[in-house]
Amino acid sequence: MFYFILNRLAQALLVMAVVSAISFSLFNFVGDPVNNMVGQDATREQRIEIRQQLGLDDPILVQYQRFMVNVAQGDFGLSYRIKQPVSQLILERLPATLELVFASAIIAVFIGIVLGVFTGIRRYSWVSKIIMSVSLIGVSLPTFIIGIGLIYLFAVYLRWLPSSGRAGVIELGGWKTSLLTVDGWRSIILPAITLSLFQLTMILRLVRAEMLEVMRSDYIKFARARGLANRAIHFGHALRNTLVPVITIIGLNIGGLIAYSVITETVFQWPGTGLMFIQAVDFVDVPIMAAYLIFVALLFVVINLIVDILYFVVDPRIRRGGS
Amino acid sequence: MAKTDQSKSRWQRFLDNDIVYSFFTTPGAIIAATITFIAITAAFAAPLIAPYNPFDPAQISLWDGKLPPAWSDGGSSAYLLGTDNQGRDMLSTILYGGRISILVGIAAVFLGMLLGVTLGVISGYFGGLTDTVIMRIADVQLTIPGILVAILINGIGRAALPLELREEFAIYVVIVAIGLTDWPQFARVARGATLVEAEKEYVQAAKLIGLPKFTIILRHILPNTLRPVLVIATIGLALAIIAEATLSFLGQGIPPTTPSLGTLIRVGNEFLFSGLWWITFFPAIALIILVFSVNLLGDWMRDALNPKLR
Repeated sequence: MFYFILNRLAQALLVMAVVSAISFSLFNFVGDPVNNMVGQDATREQRIEIRQQLGLDDPILVQYQRFMVNVAQGDFGLSYRIKQPVSQLILERLPATLELVFASAIIAVFIGIVLGVFTGIRRYSWVSKIIMSVSLIGVSLPTFIIGIGLIYLFAVYLRWLPSSGRAGVIELGGWKTSLLTVDGWRSIILPAITLSLFQLTMILRLVRAEMLEVMRSDYIKFARARGLANRAIHFGHALRNTLVPVITIIGLNIGGLIAYSVITETVFQWPGTGLMFIQAVDFVDVPIMAAYLIFVALLFVVINLIVDILYFVVDPRIRRGGS
Repeated sequence: MAKTDQSKSRWQRFLDNDIVYSFFTTPGAIIAATITFIAITAAFAAPLIAPYNPFDPAQISLWDGKLPPAWSDGGSSAYLLGTDNQGRDMLSTILYGGRISILVGIAAVFLGMLLGVTLGVISGYFGGLTDTVIMRIADVQLTIPGILVAILINGIGRAALPLELREEFAIYVVIVAIGLTDWPQFARVARGATLVEAEKEYVQAAKLIGLPKFTIILRHILPNTLRPVLVIATIGLALAIIAEATLSFLGQGIPPTTPSLGTLIRVGNEFLFSGLWWITFFPAIALIILVFSVNLLGDWMRDALNPKLR
């Protein structure tokens, strides 16, 4: 167990080292940082002075080491465009993204499991067939087209919901939330649905497959023979046993939600980290790009590490292969 | 395969092939292949069949801008699917845009395939440390969703270019970004097939008669990995087209001067609120049909070519 976790941890560290090296090299590949700071009309002497101040004349390894020390302390430097600390910008934007991801995850998990159980139990009903066909279309549609379609239907045509932005934000102990006002709820509905659809379909299909498998097993037959009510069998016995793989998939997909939030946030102009990243790419704002790269890599490495360790705890077969 | 039956005609033998047989007995495959074929032909023949050339300023008149489709009120029979804000014929821009989308998709998949199959075969044939390093990189990349990797590589690629070249080279940056996103899938499949083939007797025999490694890989192993690779390539084409459209929609892909379907949807999206739905609707429908039929074709291929993958 100890060796296994150590091994995974070493791999995670290796990945982070590679990603941070890529982020670091961004600064040197992409334009001259001095130009980005002083503008066009600085004199040669001023430029040289700034170069020395920033330590850009030091050996590359020394610069890398300094970058890593700063990053480890959460200091990603100043944004070229907005001239504010990147870490502060990310922290400001993070609540919006996290609330969106949270709302999407709730929708995906709740509706996904309900529909999955239904289509698993009533396999041949026409409602199930419709649900499955619609879900197939949902998987193959690009996210941004779903977003545009929802905007046109609910914001332009029916005028029920706002088309973009995050309204009704109030501050609650340093955390800016939009989940406590009616306006906030109205503005999060469309982006949250858009972001959740793909994951919802995955969960639906997984739960359905697991339910079909479990419903054939002996202990379900035995439960029926005991004369238990359908409700108790379906939810008490069957669903409970499908949840282990479902929980793993949900865990792994949280990362996917954050990745796809880049697209959803752009479609709905949702002021989160994803939109910030796309805008940073537009303006070649290297510090933000580098910070986002490290942030996302860290997120995925941590999620994968947790899932790996959970697998290890749950499944004894891996334990034998690992050591 | 090597055994030829002389009593049957070439055509008969062609029809007896298992893949061809499966194709003609699967209605979904025939429909998907037909639509894909029509879409690709239409896109490549765009200069010949499109009613107008949307990039020729002489053929565009601003007076004809924002016309709805021909069948609705105010539409003109000269423009079947209406016109955009600059007076360009929607049908023509979609045909030209589809051409860019398909070209980028094919080029990106080809790049990913080249890279992935090369690394995968090397990985599978030589094993050891080479194998570990290559497949570790592939594993790490696969844990991050493809679209995010593509956005990152594309963003870095664009940023590395000087401003004045950014638009001109955008299309190549997109191709490289998607190609570099695709390769792990190909590497995995090619490695798997290589591991199986390398154990077989004909490869052992080739080794015994002293053929160089390069020849064995190229002439004996590579052809036998192509079936599963073809399946991944078809499904990958649909994904690559979606990835390109997404990048372009985010404003990170193909510039509006030579728009792809994704760029057209992005541009049209700005007019959605003024009720000019057709500028974004028809490119979106074209994209959906294209992706859906390529996807169906890929599904069939997976079933027909490689039952093990099912």
